[in-house]
Amino acid sequence: MGISNNLWDHAGIGLDRQRFTWRDMAGPPISKLDDDAFTRIRVILLNGLELDALRLKHMAARLDASLRVPLAQLRRVEQHQATMINWLLSADHSPLETTIAYEQVAIEVTAAVAQAEPDAYQAQSYRFGLLEDFDHLYRYSALLDRLEGKDANNILQGYTDIVPGRPTAEEHRAPEDDVRHPYRRSQAKPLTKMHATLITASEYQTHDYYMNIGPLFADPVARQLYAEIASIEEQHVTQYGSLQDPDESLLEKLLIHEATEVYTYYSCVEQETNPRIKAMWERFLDYEFGHLAMVSRLFEQHERRDAQEVLGTMMPAPLRFAPQRGFIREVLSKEVPLRALGTAYVPQQEESETTRQARAALNADGSPSEIVAAGYRWMPGTELGRHHAKRS
Amino acid sequence: MENTTKIGMNRTGMQMAPIQGPTQAAYAEAEGPTPADAVALARERSACAAEAGRLGSVPPPGTGRGLLHTAADKLKGHNPEVLLDKLGQRLAYERSGVRLYDAVLAKVQVWSHAGQDALRNDLLAIREDEAAHFQLLAGVVMELGADPTAQTPAADVSAMAALGLVQVVTDPRTTVAQSLEALLTAELTDVACWELLSELARAEGHEAMAERFDGAAGVEARHLDTVRRWLRELLMHEAQ
Repeated sequence: MGISNNLWDHAGIGLDRQRFTWRDMAGPPISKLDDDAFTRIRVILLNGLELDALRLKHMAARLDASLRVPLAQLRRVEQHQATMINWLLSADHSPLETTIAYEQVAIEVTAAVAQAEPDAYQAQSYRFGLLEDFDHLYRYSALLDRLEGKDANNILQGYTDIVPGRPTAEEHRAPEDDVRHPYRRSQAKPLTKMHATLITASEYQTHDYYMNIGPLFADPVARQLYAEIASIEEQHVTQYGSLQDPDESLLEKLLIHEATEVYTYYSCVEQETNPRIKAMWERFLDYEFGHLAMVSRLFEQHERRDAQEVLGTMMPAPLRFAPQRGFIREVLSKEVPLRALGTAYVPQQEESETTRQARAALNADGSPSEIVAAGYRWMPGTELGRHHAKRS
Repeated sequence: MENTTKIGMNRTGMQMAPIQGPTQAAYAEAEGPTPADAVALARERSACAAEAGRLGSVPPPGTGRGLLHTAADKLKGHNPEVLLDKLGQRLAYERSGVRLYDAVLAKVQVWSHAGQDALRNDLLAIREDEAAHFQLLAGVVMELGADPTAQTPAADVSAMAALGLVQVVTDPRTTVAQSLEALLTAELTDVACWELLSELARAEGHEAMAERFDGAAGVEARHLDTVRRWLRELLMHEAQ
C-alpha cells in the first residue's frame, strides 16, 4: 500500500523512539558496481539535505535561545541519519569517483526540479545552474580518465551525457551577479519553497565536499581543478540560497526544511529499487513526519499561525529520479550562451564589466578546467581506447 | 556470504545500458571536441614538478655516539641521509606490514575453507617475521645514533603507495583471495627493497649490517613464495 500524500495524515515516530547504534550507522554500504546509479544519487542527495538541516538549525539556535533545546534534540537524530546515509558510500569509491557521482546528482536532480518547478524565474535559475554543473561533470570525467585511467561512465551507468556545457572557465562571476530574485512567501507554491531548499542543500554539500577532498589530491592540476570548481559551487550556493524569501521567519524556514525532508524521503521511498535501502528511507520518512510534527508545534506556539498556511495539505507529485537526457540536451542547445547580470539572465555580450574583470583575474595564470580537458572527447572505456585503435 | 566472486548485476559497463548507452556514446561523438592528447595537462605537471619543494627532510642523528657521523661522511663525499631515509622506510613498512597481516588474519578467522588453519598459521608466522624485522631496523637506526620514531620522506612515500593495500585488506567485503593479492603486492615490494637496502648498506661500508639485511631479504623471499602459492591455490580452487 502506498503512503498517503497528505502531509498531516502521519504522526510519524516520536523523537524518543528514533534510536541508532554505531553498527546501525556504519552499516553495510551500497555496491559501487552492482547498485543502480540512482540509488547512489538518492544517498548523496539525502545526506546533503540532512547536513543542511543541521546547518540551518545551528544558525537558528544562535539566534533564539528558546529554541536551543528542541533544536538540539532534533539535530542529534539528524546527525545520526546523515551518518547512516553517508556511510552507505562504499570505500572503493575514490574521491574522484564520488565527485562524478556528486555531479550526476547535481545534473539529474536539478533537471527534474527545473521541469517540475511552477515558477518560471526559478525554473530558469535551475536551468542556468544545471548547465554549469553539467560542464563540471565533463571536466571531472577528463580528470578521472587522465589521472586514474578510469571511465566516468562506470559511475554514471549510461544515464548522463559527458560533453561540455557552459565552459567552467566562463562561469566565474562577480558576486553581485550571482544573487537572484527570491520567491515571495505569500505567493509561492510549497513546491517552489521545497525545491529551493533542496537544491541549496545539495550544492552546499558539494561545495563542502570539494573543499575537503581537493587538498587530498597530489596532482597539481587536480588540486587546481577542485579549487576552481569549489569556487563555482560557492557561487551556486549564493544563487540558490537567494531564491528563498528573506522575509520568511526562522521558524518558517525550519518548517519548510522539515517538509522538504518529508517530501524527499517520500520520493525516495516511492522509487528506490534496493529493498534494504528502501527500508531505510521508509524508516527515516517516519522519523521525518515526527520532526515535521515537532517543528509545526514550535511554529504554531511561537508564531500563532497554522503550519498548513505555509505548507498546504497535499504533498506534490514525487521528485522524479530518472534520466533527464532529452530535457538536458534541449537546454544545452538553447541556453549555454546565457549569462547573469545582477538578478537577470542575459545574452553573453551583456555581462557586466565587473564579472569580466573578476574572471580574467582568476584565469590570469591559466584555467585548470581548460588544461585538464583540452582535446577530451569521452568514449566508452576511456579515451585510451581511441588512441589504441588509431595506433594499432 | 561465500568467499568468492560471482556473476551478478554489475551495472558499470556499456552492455548493461543497451538503451541509454548507445545514445550517450553517439552524443559525445557528435558534441565533444576534436580529440587530442592531454598535452596541456602534461605541460602543467612538468612546470609544477620543476618548481616544487620536497616532501620533507631526513632528521639529523641526535647522538654523537652513533656509527654514522653525518658531517664527516658528507666531507668524504657520502650522503649518509640516503641510508637513514631508506632505513626509516623499511622500518615503517615492516611495522605497517604487521597491521596488514592482522587485518587479513581477522578475515581468515571466519573463512570456511579446508585450508583455514594452514593459512592462518602461515600468515601468523609471516606477521611475526615482519614484527621482528621492524625491531631489527629500530635497533640498527638507534645504533647509528638516529631516531627510529621519526617518519622519513621515504617512509612517508611508501605509506602513501600502500594506502590502497590497507583499504583492500580492511574492507569486510573483500575475499581472502583479494586480500592475499594485496599482500602479494606488499611482499613483492618488500623483497626488492630489502635487497636494495642491503646493497646500499654494503656500499656505505656497513658490511655487518648488510649481512643482517641479507638474512631478512631471504625471509621476505619466503613470504613472497608463501603468499603467491596460497593465492594461486585459492584462485585455481575458485575457478573449478
